[in-house]
Order: sequence, then structure tokens, then C-alpha cells
Amino acid sequence: MADAPATELKTSDGRPLRAALAAAQSRARRRAFLLVVPLLAFVILTFVVPIGYMLKRSFEHDGFSASAPSLAVWFAANPKGAAPDEAAYAALVSDLAKMQVDKTPGQAGTRINYTVPGTISLFKSAARKAKDLTPPFKEAMLELDAKWAEPAIWMAMREASSSYTTDFYRVAADQKRGPDGSWQRGADNERIYLFLFFKTFLLSGAVTLICLLLAFPIAHLLATLPVSKSSLLMILVLLPFWTSLLVRTSAWIAILQEQGIINDLMYSTGLIADDSRVRMIYNQTGTVIVMTHILLPFMVLPLFSVMRTIPPSYARAARSLGATSWTTFRRVYLPQTLPGIAAGSLLVFILAVGYYITPALVGGADGQLISNMIQFHMAKSNWSLAAALAAMLLLAVMVLYWLYDRLIGIDRLKLG
Amino acid sequence: MALPTYASPLEKAWHYTYIAICAAIFFFLIAPIVVVIPLSFNAEPYFSFTQKMLSFDPTGYSLRWYDTMLTLGHGAPDGPRDSSWWEKAWETSTWIKAAKNSLWIGLWATILATVLGTLAALGLSRPEMPYRRLIMAILISPMIVPIIIVAVGMSFFYAKACVAPGSALSYVVGPFLSSKGCLANSYLGVIIAHATLGIPFVIITVTATLSGFDQSLVRASASLGANPRTTFFKVIMPLILPGIISGALFAFVTSFDEVVAVLFIAGPEQQTIPRQMWNGIREQISPAILAVATILVTFSVCLLVAVELLRRRSERLRGLSPS
Repeated sequence: MADAPATELKTSDGRPLRAALAAAQSRARRRAFLLVVPLLAFVILTFVVPIGYMLKRSFEHDGFSASAPSLAVWFAANPKGAAPDEAAYAALVSDLAKMQVDKTPGQAGTRINYTVPGTISLFKSAARKAKDLTPPFKEAMLELDAKWAEPAIWMAMREASSSYTTDFYRVAADQKRGPDGSWQRGADNERIYLFLFFKTFLLSGAVTLICLLLAFPIAHLLATLPVSKSSLLMILVLLPFWTSLLVRTSAWIAILQEQGIINDLMYSTGLIADDSRVRMIYNQTGTVIVMTHILLPFMVLPLFSVMRTIPPSYARAARSLGATSWTTFRRVYLPQTLPGIAAGSLLVFILAVGYYITPALVGGADGQLISNMIQFHMAKSNWSLAAALAAMLLLAVMVLYWLYDRLIGIDRLKLG
Repeated sequence: MALPTYASPLEKAWHYTYIAICAAIFFFLIAPIVVVIPLSFNAEPYFSFTQKMLSFDPTGYSLRWYDTMLTLGHGAPDGPRDSSWWEKAWETSTWIKAAKNSLWIGLWATILATVLGTLAALGLSRPEMPYRRLIMAILISPMIVPIIIVAVGMSFFYAKACVAPGSALSYVVGPFLSSKGCLANSYLGVIIAHATLGIPFVIITVTATLSGFDQSLVRASASLGANPRTTFFKVIMPLILPGIISGALFAFVTSFDEVVAVLFIAGPEQQTIPRQMWNGIREQISPAILAVATILVTFSVCLLVAVELLRRRSERLRGLSPS
């Protein structure tokens, strides 16, 4: 078609067909997009922007920088690692005096306290006496407390003199300032956040595995029964799905607590004595049991929808070729259910990692997960640290979500 | 699931074991929900069956926890139960106020999520839709992102999302905001948050319904002279309505059961049923919680039946055999 322009097809009004088609298609694209725009704008405004704002908060804290302008000037004029001279101490004293007037030494101390523990009282007591100090300020400050000479505190103050910082991610990754001011890995018994992340993933993995083991048999049963029977049994799976989470949690409290149904049953049948009732709730066991119950339908539904499409003739063919029932299951049936296993497991794991309500209500002391730690810091007004922990959790979930989209596709997510 | 005739005795034994295992798992799923119903009629403040309950002695059962539920927060709970008593209960009783709040917030969140979600689902189901995968990923993410992260982000943002008192905007949206003119501690804030959380469910159910939708019906309608609006209301809408309604029910249940966002962004005015239950479970758990739970279980059975009927109707409309 070298002479394309000469023989090009035209529409009835004389326009080239190619251009008319392209125009029609772009109009259709625009129309489709316009239908989505209102919702997209709504979700961006009510969901994406708040989360972006939270991410910003995780890098931001002005507790110290807002009330220490003179020190900020000194830090800007002197390179990193410069030993604090008389001018630096003079700036410190004037800032401390200002903090006392503005009633902010607590906030400034809290900011430094994140990276160098035990500094809130240091700031408070120094601020009280700051206006009575006389030069030379270095000696005067060291007389108040020798800690003021520590490089760790000066490094922390330098970092905090800007309101933007990555300190909170370091704290969330269990690092702290050593006596020489450098970052160090916290001692093993102080590494609470990484341990909690690890525990959250471990518990979520355990819940996912238990859900898979429980969901597999019933999904298989539902998929192989005749429709009239299976839709009745399906109601037993869907009813928990539609029942309030708090209802299910309070039901489990009634069942598992020390004066609850299971313990009463074991006591009345003589299995246990009255004083040795088993503690099954307000601990890690309770969290796992209740989370398994709540997330089980999310495993059953994807497994069921995959198993329903597996023709039973494959298993019959395998048997007729001499395979035992175990071999048939392992080599023929199980591989065909893998898409369902992947979809269900990823979904349950993603939902479990971010679980908050159940651990908060039945987790007791050792059943708390990372979400509960975020809430704890929010309640203590440690907003930046809460935001940094939330950002790390968000990153983990986003990776899993991306994996889900890659392996299964979000548009294949089904409910009921 | 019949046993093949060639099954060996071992396989037969396994088959019945398997049925027993399945029965046990179904029991695990359903027992906790069923057990709250008799327990809510307990005459004693216990969470377990008393001897009297087990021997079906009528004195072992009572409606006292339903009564507690009605009288909590009631100004004069001991007076005669005449019309003014009920009127006062309707106005002041804690659980009734919470129920009214929950229904009110749920209703508006559902309307918002359903209208916007259905429009978007229509766009997303068109083959010409650009960036479908990315947009879908964003719209579904409120369901995937842990609720605590959503709540933290919203609580930061809503505290800043304020209108200046006296400004033009404040006359329009002011009545829906908190006394300080912010989204935090306001009904509008909770409604918006719940609508956002309900949107993924509407998108998923409506796009699933649309995936079985025959696009040639739209062309047929257009060729017969219908404009796009008529086509939507007379052809598309009746066919996808079951999907829209079940999406709306999902969105409603999401809002009706949501507690974390409410804890973070709502004020004491916006007390909802889940929040009241949360307080009840955390502080001192009394069987009154189980009375509320029983009512909610009845409610969810009704919803489940509604969704199941809608699904069957949708499949019939789309010419699929009922499954």
C-alpha cells in the first residue's frame, strides 16, 4: 500500500476513515474516563491524600526546631562533627530560656528523647535555671549536668534543629544514638519494633496456614457436592462473613474465657479442676483462634471458586490409569487448586498483617501486633513515630498487594 | 460427593473421616455465632450456660439483658413503661442513640459509595478504558491497606481539613462539620471515611455483574433511537440492579461494622453501635453485649438472605443457570 493516500477509505462525509476511527476511539476513551473521574477524585482526596499526609508526618517533627532558633543558626554555621564551643552553649542557653518562657521544654526534650533516651528531665531542669546562668555558658551548663557535653546529645540536637528528619525511621528500625553520637543497633532486648514486625508476620503466617488447612476440605466438599446441597452449606460460610466482627469477637470471649463455655464444659466433665482452668483468651492463643475464625471465609471463597472449575473426570482418569487416591490427589488435583491457594493465602495474609480490632480486644499482653503499637503511639501523641511505623507496615502491604495483582489480578477478586 | 463403587475399605473409612472433619470445621465456623443467641437470654450475669438453662428451667432464662440494653443511659429507667417512657428511651437510651447514628451514617455512606462506585464501574468495564489496571488498583486499595493506617492518615488530615468560620464555604458545609468547622469529630467526616471504605466492595460487585453484560444490548438500544440516558435507565440499570444492590449492602455492612476509623476521627457525638460494643468489651463485658450481638446476628441473617436472592435473580437475568 505505497500509494495509501490515494486509495484511503473515506467516511460518507469525506473524512479519512482512519482519522474518524481514531477520533471516535479517543472520544470513547474520554467518556469511559469521565465516568471514573468523580470516584477517582473522591478516593484521592479522602484516602490517598490523607495517607500522603501521614507519610509527610513520618519525616516531620518540629518539637525541637520550633523552639531552638539560635542553635539552628549555630548548627548551620558549623560543620557536622564540630565540637560545641562557647558560642554554641550561649545559643543553647538562650534557646532554653526561650523554651521556659514559651513552656515548650517538654516538647523539645521529647523530640531529643526519641533518639537519646532520658533527656526530657534534662531539658526541663536546664530550662528552669537557664535565665539565671551567667557566662561562660559552657562551664555553667556542664555544672548543671555533665551530660550536656555528650556528643550524642549534640548530634541529636543538630538532627532535630531541622523539622525534617529520618530519625523516626531509624527509631522504628530499633536504632539509637551511641555515646559517641553515631547510630547503633539497639541491644537485643530493646529491639521491640523489628521484633513486633517479625511477630506480626509470623502470627499472620500461622493464621494463613491454619486457614488454608481448614478451608481446603470444606471448599472441596462445597465444590463437589450437588448445587442444591452446596448452596445450603455455603450459607454456613457466608453467615460469619456477614456477621459483625465485634459480635464474633464477643462470642469468642464468651466461649474461651476462664469462666466461659469450654472451661465450664471441661470442668463439669471432670477434665480439669476448678483452679486449673485453661487460659485461652487475652493472649496469643486467643488472637490466633479468633483471627482464624474471622479470616476463614476469605480463604474458602477463592479456593471454592477455583475448585468448582476443576472437572472431576481428571481424577477419574488418574484412577483408571492406576494411580492410588493419594497420588491422584497429590499429582492431579492439588496442582490444579494452586491458583486458589495462592489467591486465598495472599488475601488472608494481607488482611492478617494489618489486623487491629481482634488483637486489641482479645490479645492481652502478648497477642498485640504492629497495628496495636501504632495505635499506642498515636494515643501517646508520638505522631511521627506512629506514622513511621505505619509507613513501614504500608510498604510491606503494598509489596504483597503488588504481588497479588501480578499473580492473580485485582479484577479477579470476588466476594461471595 | 458420592463414593465410587471401586473404593477400597480404607478409602471408605477415609471418606467418612473426611465428612466428619468437614462437619467439625463447619461447626467451628457457625457455633460461635449461634451460641450467643441462647446466652443472651441468661438470667444470671454469666457468659456460660447455667444448670437451670441446661435443664430448660424457664427461670434460667430472662429478658433482663435486653432490658439493660434499653435502659442504659435512660434518664428514668424505673418509671412505668408508658408512652412517655418509650419516648424518653427513644431520645436518650445509649444503644438506641448509637443505632440511630449507625443507620444514619451507614445510609449516607452507602448512597455516596454506591452512586460514585457504580459510575466508575461502568467506566472501568468499557473496553476503551485507559490505565484500567492502575485505577482499579487505587480504587480497591482502601480494602487492602490496613485500617489502622487509613485511620491514622485520616485523623491527621481531618484535624487540618477545616473551613474558616464565616467563609462562604462554611455556610454550605458548616452544619455538617464539627463545632470548630473541621472534618474531625463530625458526621460528614465519618460518612466520607465509611464511603471510602465501602467503595471497593461496590466496584468489585458491580464490575463482576457488568462482566456478564451483553454490550450488544446497548447497541441495539441505540439503533432503536434511545439516547445514552434512556439506554442506561431502561436497559443497563434493570440488568445490573441486583449487582448494584448487593454492592450497596456490602458497603452498608462495612460502615455498620466499622469501628477503628470511628475511634480515630469521630467525636463523642458520633457514637455508633460498634463503638459502643467496643467500649463494652473493653471496660466490663456484660451479657448485654450478647443481647446486642443477637440482634445484629438476626440483622446479618436478613442481609445474607437478601444478597443470596439478589445473586440468583442476577444470574437469572443474565441467562446463567442458577448455581
